Amino acid sequence: MNDVLDVALRLLVVFGVFMVLPLVIGQTEHKVMAHMQGRLGPMYAGGFHGWAQLVADGVKFAQKEDVVPANADRRIFQLAPAVALLPYLLVLVAIPIGPGEGAVGEVVDAGIFFVLAVMGVGVLGSLMAGWASANKFSLLGGLRTAAQLLAYELPMLLAAASVAMAAGTVSLPGIVDAFEWWWLPWQIVGALVFFVAGLAELQRPPFDMPVADSEIIFGAYTEYTGLRFALFLLAEYAGIVVLCGLTTVLFLGGWHGPFGAEGLGWVWTLLKTAVLAFIVIWLRVSYPRLREDQLQKLAWTTLVPLALAQIALTGIVKVVIQ
Amino acid sequence: MPEPTVRTVPTALAADYFQSYSVVGLLAVIGVLFVAVAFAAGRLLRPVVPTPEKLLTYECGVDPVGEGWAHTQVRYYVYAFLYVIFAVDSIFLFPWATVFAAPGYGATTLVEMFIFLGFLTVGLLYAYKKGVLTWT
Repeated sequence: MNDVLDVALRLLVVFGVFMVLPLVIGQTEHKVMAHMQGRLGPMYAGGFHGWAQLVADGVKFAQKEDVVPANADRRIFQLAPAVALLPYLLVLVAIPIGPGEGAVGEVVDAGIFFVLAVMGVGVLGSLMAGWASANKFSLLGGLRTAAQLLAYELPMLLAAASVAMAAGTVSLPGIVDAFEWWWLPWQIVGALVFFVAGLAELQRPPFDMPVADSEIIFGAYTEYTGLRFALFLLAEYAGIVVLCGLTTVLFLGGWHGPFGAEGLGWVWTLLKTAVLAFIVIWLRVSYPRLREDQLQKLAWTTLVPLALAQIALTGIVKVVIQ
Repeated sequence: MPEPTVRTVPTALAADYFQSYSVVGLLAVIGVLFVAVAFAAGRLLRPVVPTPEKLLTYECGVDPVGEGWAHTQVRYYVYAFLYVIFAVDSIFLFPWATVFAAPGYGATTLVEMFIFLGFLTVGLLYAYKKGVLTWT
C-alpha cells in the first residue's frame, strides 16, 4: 500500500511540475522580452507589471472557437497537439533534481537513452499538424521541422554519448553522482553542442525557421486556434524546461554546488535550470533567424565535427586518468 | 534450500526493470487523461459558430490556390539518409561508453574508438566532398 502511495505522490509531483514550470517560463519570457525590447503590451494586464497577462492569455485560449479547416484531415489535426506535448511530460519523470531516490520521479536505468528517444517523438506532433492542415504553409513548416530534427538530433546524441563515456553509465542520477567540477572545462564543447542542438530541436530562435512568420505564417501551427494552439505553445515551454534540466544534469553537475549539496541540492538544480532558461529567452531577443540552408550547414559542418572531437577528447582523458 | 533463491534473483531483477517503465506508463496514462479532460472542457467552454469562410484554408487572407497537399520538392532527402546512417552508428556508442574505461580495456578500446570515429569522419568528409552538405 505504501508503494502505491509513493508512486502516486511522485506522479502527482511530476505532473504538477509539468503544469507549473512551463507557465513560469512563459511568464518570465513575457516580462524579460518586455524589458529587453521596451514592449508595452505584456506590461499592461492587471496593473502592476502586467502580472495577469498569463491569466488573460489562458482565458482567451479557453473560450476561443476551435476551427478545423474543411479540407483538413480532421482526426489527425485534432490529435497532433497531444502528440507534441506528452513526450515532454514523460521525459520529466526521469530527470533527477537532487541526490538519492527521493528527488527523481523514477530512476530509469537507461536514462539518457530513454530521454533522447522520447524527446524525439514530439516532432511527430508537428509533422502531423503540418500534413493534416492541408495548408501549403503548414506543410512547408512541418517539413522544415523534420529537417531540423534530422540535422540536430545527431550532434545532440553524440554530445550526450560523451557524458556517458565520462561517467561510465547511462543512468541520469549515476551521471550526476560521478560529476566532478573539472568536468565543466572538460565537457564544455559537448555542453555547447548539446544546448545549441536542443534549442534547434525546440525551434526556438535563432533556429525558428519552421515557424518563420514572415514567410510561412506560423508553419505547422498556422491553422490552429484556441486550446489546441495553446497546447502547442505549452509543448514549446515544456521543451525549454526539459532541455535546460537535461543540460544541467548532464553537463553542469545537477545538484552539485560550491556549498550545501546535501540538503539543498535541488535548489542548485533548479537555479541552474532557471539560468539556462533565461539564456534561452535572451537568445530569442538578441539573434536574427538563421536561413534554412545555414541551419543545415551549422549542424553538419560545425556541430557534428565538434561533437566527434569532444568524444575523442573524452575518451583520451578518461583512459589516461584511469 | 538454495534452489529457490537462485531462481528468484533474475525474476526480481526483471521486476525492478519493468517497474520503472510501468511508472512511466502510468504517467503516460495521466497525460492522456489530462489531454482528454482539457479537450472535453474546451468543448464545453468555447462557442461553435462555423461559417464557410472560417473553414477555408488560411493562406494570408486571400482565397487558397490549388491543393494544400501539393507536390513539394524535398531538398534534404540525402540529409535524411545521412542521419539514419549516423544515428544508428552513434547508438552503438552508448553501450560501449559504459565499459570502455573499465580495468583491462583501456588502450585497446581507445584505439577501437578512433577507428569508429574515423569511419564516421570519413563518411562525413565524403558527403561534404560530394557536395551533399550544401543546399542544392
